Amino acid sequence: MLELLKQPWPWYVAGPLIGLTVPALLLIGNKALGISSSLRHVCAACVPAGIPFLTYNWRAEIWNLVFVLGVALGGFIGYHLMGHPDVVGISPETIQDLKTELHLTDFSGLLPRELFSLDNLANWKGWFFLVFGGFLVGFGTRYAGGCTSGHAISGLSNLQWVSLVAVIGFFAGGLLMTWVIYPVLF
Amino acid sequence: MKYLKYLVLGTLFGIILTKSEVISWFRIQEMFRFQAFHMYGVIGSAIVVGMISIQLIKRNRLKSINGEEIKLADKKFNHGIWIGGFIFGLGWAITGACPGPLFAQLGSGLGAAAVMILAALAGTWTYSALREKLPY
Repeated sequence: MLELLKQPWPWYVAGPLIGLTVPALLLIGNKALGISSSLRHVCAACVPAGIPFLTYNWRAEIWNLVFVLGVALGGFIGYHLMGHPDVVGISPETIQDLKTELHLTDFSGLLPRELFSLDNLANWKGWFFLVFGGFLVGFGTRYAGGCTSGHAISGLSNLQWVSLVAVIGFFAGGLLMTWVIYPVLF
Repeated sequence: MKYLKYLVLGTLFGIILTKSEVISWFRIQEMFRFQAFHMYGVIGSAIVVGMISIQLIKRNRLKSINGEEIKLADKKFNHGIWIGGFIFGLGWAITGACPGPLFAQLGSGLGAAAVMILAALAGTWTYSALREKLPY
Protein backbone atom coordinates (compact mmCIF):
# COMPACT_ATOMS: atom_id res chain seq x y z
CA MET A 1 0.00 0.00 0.00
CA LEU A 2 2.77 2.38 1.01
CA GLU A 3 4.69 1.51 -2.12
CA LEU A 4 1.57 2.17 -4.18
CA LEU A 5 1.12 5.60 -2.58
CA LYS A 6 4.68 6.46 -3.54
CA GLN A 7 4.05 5.78 -7.23
CA PRO A 8 2.50 8.57 -9.35
CA TRP A 9 -1.25 8.45 -8.80
CA PRO A 10 -3.47 7.52 -11.78
CA TRP A 11 -6.18 9.92 -12.91
CA TYR A 12 -9.00 7.78 -11.52
CA VAL A 13 -7.56 8.19 -8.02
CA ALA A 14 -6.47 11.83 -8.19
CA GLY A 15 -9.46 13.22 -10.12
CA PRO A 16 -12.19 11.99 -7.75
CA LEU A 17 -10.13 13.15 -4.75
CA ILE A 18 -9.83 16.63 -6.30
CA GLY A 19 -13.58 16.54 -6.92
CA LEU A 20 -14.23 15.69 -3.26
CA THR A 21 -12.38 18.86 -2.24
CA VAL A 22 -15.39 20.84 -3.51
CA PRO A 23 -17.96 19.35 -1.06
CA ALA A 24 -15.32 19.13 1.68
CA LEU A 25 -14.77 22.90 1.58
CA LEU A 26 -18.52 23.52 1.50
CA LEU A 27 -19.15 21.23 4.43
CA ILE A 28 -16.30 22.38 6.67
CA GLY A 29 -16.76 26.10 6.12
CA ASN A 30 -19.28 26.96 3.39
CA LYS A 31 -16.40 28.00 1.11
CA ALA A 32 -16.15 27.63 -2.65
CA LEU A 33 -12.96 26.10 -4.05
CA GLY A 34 -10.88 28.69 -5.93
CA ILE A 35 -7.16 29.26 -5.81
CA SER A 36 -6.50 32.30 -7.99
CA SER A 37 -8.42 34.55 -5.57
CA SER A 38 -5.49 34.13 -3.19
CA LEU A 39 -3.40 36.26 -5.56
CA ARG A 40 -5.91 39.08 -5.24
CA HIS A 41 -5.96 38.80 -1.44
CA VAL A 42 -2.16 39.02 -1.31
CA CYS A 43 -2.27 42.14 -3.50
CA ALA A 44 -5.01 43.64 -1.30
CA ALA A 45 -3.03 42.87 1.86
CA CYS A 46 0.35 44.06 0.60
CA VAL A 47 -0.05 46.70 -2.14
CA PRO A 48 -3.66 47.98 -2.26
CA ALA A 49 -2.42 51.38 -3.53
CA GLY A 50 -5.91 52.87 -3.27
CA ILE A 51 -7.20 50.65 -6.10
CA PRO A 52 -10.95 50.04 -5.55
CA PHE A 53 -10.72 46.35 -6.61
CA LEU A 54 -8.04 45.82 -3.97
CA THR A 55 -9.80 47.71 -1.21
CA TYR A 56 -11.95 45.24 0.68
CA ASN A 57 -11.80 43.24 3.87
CA TRP A 58 -9.23 40.67 2.75
CA ARG A 59 -8.97 39.45 6.34
CA ALA A 60 -12.33 37.72 5.82
CA GLU A 61 -10.55 35.62 3.16
CA ILE A 62 -7.61 34.48 5.25
CA TRP A 63 -8.97 30.92 5.03
CA ASN A 64 -8.11 31.03 1.30
CA LEU A 65 -4.51 32.07 2.02
CA VAL A 66 -4.21 29.31 4.63
CA PHE A 67 -5.55 26.79 2.10
CA VAL A 68 -2.93 27.91 -0.42
CA LEU A 69 -0.21 27.66 2.23
CA GLY A 70 -1.42 24.08 2.69
CA VAL A 71 -1.12 23.46 -1.07
CA ALA A 72 2.54 24.50 -0.88
CA LEU A 73 3.06 22.27 2.15
CA GLY A 74 1.36 19.46 0.22
CA GLY A 75 3.78 20.09 -2.65
CA PHE A 76 6.68 19.56 -0.26
CA ILE A 77 5.20 16.42 1.31
CA GLY A 78 4.00 14.95 -1.97
CA TYR A 79 7.29 15.50 -3.76
CA HIS A 80 9.94 14.93 -1.11
CA LEU A 81 8.34 12.56 1.38
CA MET A 82 6.11 10.49 -0.90
CA GLY A 83 8.53 9.81 -3.70
CA HIS A 84 8.72 10.95 -7.29
CA PRO A 85 10.14 9.53 -10.49
CA ASP A 86 13.15 11.32 -12.00
CA VAL A 87 11.25 11.71 -15.25
CA VAL A 88 7.52 12.40 -15.47
CA GLY A 89 6.00 9.55 -17.50
CA ILE A 90 4.60 11.53 -20.40
CA SER A 91 3.84 9.87 -23.71
CA PRO A 92 6.70 9.15 -26.15
CA GLU A 93 4.92 11.31 -28.77
CA THR A 94 5.07 14.35 -26.49
CA ILE A 95 8.77 13.75 -25.80
CA GLN A 96 9.42 13.49 -29.53
CA ASP A 97 7.48 16.69 -30.26
CA LEU A 98 9.26 18.62 -27.52
CA LYS A 99 12.61 17.40 -28.82
CA THR A 100 11.98 18.43 -32.39
CA GLU A 101 9.89 21.57 -31.86
CA LEU A 102 11.28 23.10 -28.66
CA HIS A 103 14.76 21.50 -28.91
CA LEU A 104 14.51 20.11 -25.39
CA THR A 105 17.01 17.43 -24.36
CA ASP A 106 16.56 17.21 -20.56
CA PHE A 107 13.26 15.65 -19.51
CA SER A 108 14.01 15.23 -15.82
CA GLY A 109 12.09 17.03 -13.08
CA LEU A 110 8.68 18.71 -13.11
CA LEU A 111 9.69 21.49 -15.49
CA PRO A 112 12.24 21.50 -18.33
CA ARG A 113 15.37 23.12 -16.89
CA GLU A 114 16.30 24.43 -20.32
CA LEU A 115 13.29 26.76 -20.17
CA PHE A 116 12.73 27.36 -16.46
CA SER A 117 16.22 27.64 -15.00
CA LEU A 118 16.64 30.92 -13.12
CA ASP A 119 19.85 31.47 -15.12
CA ASN A 120 17.56 31.93 -18.10
CA LEU A 121 16.51 35.31 -16.70
CA ALA A 122 19.62 36.57 -18.49
CA ASN A 123 17.93 35.93 -21.85
CA TRP A 124 14.48 36.11 -23.47
CA LYS A 125 13.51 32.54 -22.57
CA GLY A 126 13.53 33.16 -18.84
CA TRP A 127 11.53 36.36 -19.17
CA PHE A 128 9.05 34.71 -21.49
CA PHE A 129 8.49 31.49 -19.52
CA LEU A 130 8.86 32.74 -15.96
CA VAL A 131 7.82 36.37 -16.00
CA PHE A 132 5.51 36.87 -18.99
CA GLY A 133 3.83 33.47 -18.49
CA GLY A 134 3.28 34.08 -14.80
CA PHE A 135 1.96 37.58 -15.51
CA LEU A 136 -0.63 36.23 -17.97
CA VAL A 137 -1.76 33.63 -15.42
CA GLY A 138 -2.32 36.30 -12.76
CA PHE A 139 -3.91 38.82 -15.14
CA GLY A 140 -6.09 36.36 -17.02
CA THR A 141 -7.46 34.43 -14.05
CA ARG A 142 -8.65 37.56 -12.30
CA TYR A 143 -10.08 39.03 -15.52
CA ALA A 144 -11.98 35.75 -16.06
CA GLY A 145 -12.92 35.55 -12.39
CA GLY A 146 -11.32 32.18 -11.76
CA CYS A 147 -8.84 29.53 -12.83
CA THR A 148 -8.93 25.78 -13.31
CA SER A 149 -10.14 25.22 -9.75
CA GLY A 150 -12.74 28.00 -9.58
CA HIS A 151 -14.18 27.69 -13.09
CA ALA A 152 -13.33 24.22 -14.43
CA ILE A 153 -13.83 22.23 -11.23
CA SER A 154 -15.95 24.30 -8.88
CA GLY A 155 -17.95 26.12 -11.57
CA LEU A 156 -18.65 23.19 -13.88
CA SER A 157 -19.50 20.99 -10.87
CA ASN A 158 -22.21 23.52 -10.09
CA LEU A 159 -23.41 23.49 -13.73
CA GLN A 160 -22.45 27.10 -14.41
CA TRP A 161 -22.50 27.68 -18.17
CA VAL A 162 -20.39 30.80 -17.64
CA SER A 163 -17.62 28.54 -16.37
CA LEU A 164 -17.88 26.46 -19.53
CA VAL A 165 -17.25 29.66 -21.54
CA ALA A 166 -14.21 30.32 -19.34
CA VAL A 167 -12.86 26.79 -19.81
CA ILE A 168 -13.28 27.06 -23.60
CA GLY A 169 -11.30 30.30 -23.34
CA PHE A 170 -8.56 28.54 -21.32
CA PHE A 171 -8.24 25.87 -24.00
CA ALA A 172 -8.37 28.31 -26.89
CA GLY A 173 -5.44 30.22 -25.36
CA GLY A 174 -3.51 27.08 -24.50
CA LEU A 175 -3.96 25.54 -27.93
CA LEU A 176 -2.96 28.76 -29.71
CA MET A 177 0.21 28.96 -27.62
CA THR A 178 1.12 25.29 -28.09
CA TRP A 179 0.27 24.88 -31.77
CA VAL A 180 0.87 28.33 -33.25
CA ILE A 181 3.02 30.57 -31.05
CA TYR A 182 5.56 27.96 -29.87
CA PRO A 183 6.41 26.91 -33.45
CA VAL A 184 6.97 30.56 -34.36
CA LEU A 185 9.15 31.25 -31.31
CA PHE A 186 11.40 28.19 -31.57
CA MET B 1 -7.09 27.30 15.24
CA LYS B 2 -10.21 28.04 13.25
CA TYR B 3 -8.05 27.95 10.13
CA LEU B 4 -6.42 24.59 10.84
CA LYS B 5 -9.04 22.67 8.86
CA TYR B 6 -8.22 24.74 5.75
CA LEU B 7 -4.53 24.07 6.23
CA VAL B 8 -5.20 20.33 6.42
CA LEU B 9 -7.48 20.30 3.38
CA GLY B 10 -5.09 22.51 1.41
CA THR B 11 -2.23 20.16 2.26
CA LEU B 12 -4.21 17.15 1.03
CA PHE B 13 -5.09 19.08 -2.14
CA GLY B 14 -1.41 19.90 -2.69
CA ILE B 15 -0.40 16.27 -2.20
CA ILE B 16 -3.02 15.11 -4.74
CA LEU B 17 -1.88 17.70 -7.31
CA THR B 18 1.74 16.68 -6.81
CA LYS B 19 1.27 12.91 -6.78
CA SER B 20 -0.86 13.00 -9.92
CA GLU B 21 1.84 15.09 -11.65
CA VAL B 22 -0.63 17.75 -12.80
CA ILE B 23 1.90 20.28 -11.47
CA SER B 24 4.30 19.24 -14.23
CA TRP B 25 4.81 21.44 -17.30
CA PHE B 26 5.34 18.23 -19.30
CA ARG B 27 1.86 16.97 -18.40
CA ILE B 28 0.25 20.24 -19.50
CA GLN B 29 2.07 20.08 -22.84
CA GLU B 30 0.92 16.48 -23.24
CA MET B 31 -2.64 17.70 -22.57
CA PHE B 32 -2.58 20.56 -25.07
CA ARG B 33 -1.11 18.17 -27.66
CA PHE B 34 -3.87 15.60 -26.99
CA GLN B 35 -1.27 12.87 -26.49
CA ALA B 36 -2.59 11.29 -23.28
CA PHE B 37 -5.81 10.95 -21.39
CA HIS B 38 -4.26 11.65 -17.97
CA MET B 39 -5.11 15.37 -17.55
CA TYR B 40 -8.56 14.96 -19.12
CA GLY B 41 -9.19 12.04 -16.80
CA VAL B 42 -8.14 14.04 -13.74
CA ILE B 43 -10.16 17.15 -14.59
CA GLY B 44 -13.14 15.22 -15.97
CA SER B 45 -13.51 12.83 -13.04
CA ALA B 46 -13.01 15.72 -10.60
CA ILE B 47 -15.94 17.53 -12.25
CA VAL B 48 -18.16 14.43 -12.21
CA VAL B 49 -17.47 13.74 -8.53
CA GLY B 50 -17.88 17.44 -7.68
CA MET B 51 -21.17 17.57 -9.59
CA ILE B 52 -22.63 14.52 -7.84
CA SER B 53 -21.49 15.89 -4.47
CA ILE B 54 -23.09 19.28 -5.04
CA GLN B 55 -26.33 17.65 -6.18
CA LEU B 56 -26.37 15.55 -3.00
CA ILE B 57 -25.71 18.63 -0.86
CA LYS B 58 -28.47 20.60 -2.60
CA ARG B 59 -31.09 17.85 -2.61
CA ASN B 60 -30.54 16.94 1.01
CA ARG B 61 -30.19 20.61 1.98
CA LEU B 62 -27.06 19.75 3.91
CA LYS B 63 -25.64 22.41 6.21
CA SER B 64 -21.99 23.17 6.85
CA ILE B 65 -20.55 22.05 10.18
CA ASN B 66 -21.20 25.56 11.56
CA GLY B 67 -24.89 24.99 10.85
CA GLU B 68 -24.92 27.46 7.94
CA GLU B 69 -27.07 26.83 4.91
CA ILE B 70 -24.76 25.97 2.00
CA LYS B 71 -25.14 28.48 -0.78
CA LEU B 72 -23.34 28.57 -4.09
CA ALA B 73 -23.47 31.86 -5.93
CA ASP B 74 -24.28 31.77 -9.64
CA LYS B 75 -21.52 33.12 -11.82
CA LYS B 76 -22.55 36.01 -14.06
CA PHE B 77 -21.48 36.36 -17.66
CA ASN B 78 -19.39 39.27 -18.89
CA HIS B 79 -16.86 39.50 -21.71
CA GLY B 80 -14.01 39.21 -19.23
CA ILE B 81 -14.93 35.54 -18.81
CA TRP B 82 -13.68 34.57 -22.25
CA ILE B 83 -11.11 37.33 -22.82
CA GLY B 84 -9.53 36.71 -19.43
CA GLY B 85 -9.93 32.97 -19.89
CA PHE B 86 -8.08 33.17 -23.20
CA ILE B 87 -5.27 35.23 -21.64
CA PHE B 88 -4.96 32.75 -18.79
CA GLY B 89 -4.90 29.89 -21.32
CA LEU B 90 -1.89 31.43 -23.07
CA GLY B 91 -0.15 31.68 -19.69
CA TRP B 92 -1.17 28.15 -18.74
CA ALA B 93 0.55 26.73 -21.82
CA ILE B 94 3.67 28.83 -21.16
CA THR B 95 4.13 28.18 -17.45
CA GLY B 96 2.52 24.75 -17.56
CA ALA B 97 0.81 25.65 -14.32
CA CYS B 98 -2.39 27.16 -13.08
CA PRO B 99 -2.33 28.92 -9.71
CA GLY B 100 -2.78 25.81 -7.53
CA PRO B 101 0.12 23.94 -9.10
CA LEU B 102 2.32 27.05 -8.85
CA PHE B 103 2.02 26.91 -5.07
CA ALA B 104 2.60 23.15 -5.00
CA GLN B 105 5.70 23.62 -7.20
CA LEU B 106 6.95 26.26 -4.78
CA GLY B 107 6.56 23.76 -1.95
CA SER B 108 8.46 21.14 -3.93
CA GLY B 109 11.37 23.57 -3.92
CA LEU B 110 11.31 25.03 -7.43
CA GLY B 111 12.80 28.54 -7.52
CA ALA B 112 11.12 29.03 -10.88
CA ALA B 113 7.73 28.83 -9.13
CA ALA B 114 8.67 31.73 -6.83
CA VAL B 115 9.39 33.92 -9.87
CA MET B 116 6.18 32.82 -11.62
CA ILE B 117 4.09 33.53 -8.49
CA LEU B 118 5.61 37.01 -8.16
CA ALA B 119 4.86 37.61 -11.84
CA ALA B 120 1.30 36.30 -11.34
CA LEU B 121 0.86 38.72 -8.42
CA ALA B 122 2.08 41.53 -10.68
CA GLY B 123 -0.46 40.39 -13.29
CA THR B 124 -3.31 40.36 -10.79
CA TRP B 125 -2.28 43.78 -9.48
CA THR B 126 -2.06 45.21 -13.01
CA TYR B 127 -5.50 43.82 -13.83
CA SER B 128 -6.88 45.42 -10.67
CA ALA B 129 -5.39 48.79 -11.57
CA LEU B 130 -6.67 48.66 -15.17
CA ARG B 131 -10.02 47.06 -14.37
CA GLU B 132 -12.21 50.04 -15.19
CA LYS B 133 -10.53 50.53 -18.58
CA LEU B 134 -10.90 46.93 -19.75
CA PRO B 135 -13.78 45.69 -21.93
CA TYR B 136 -16.50 43.76 -20.11
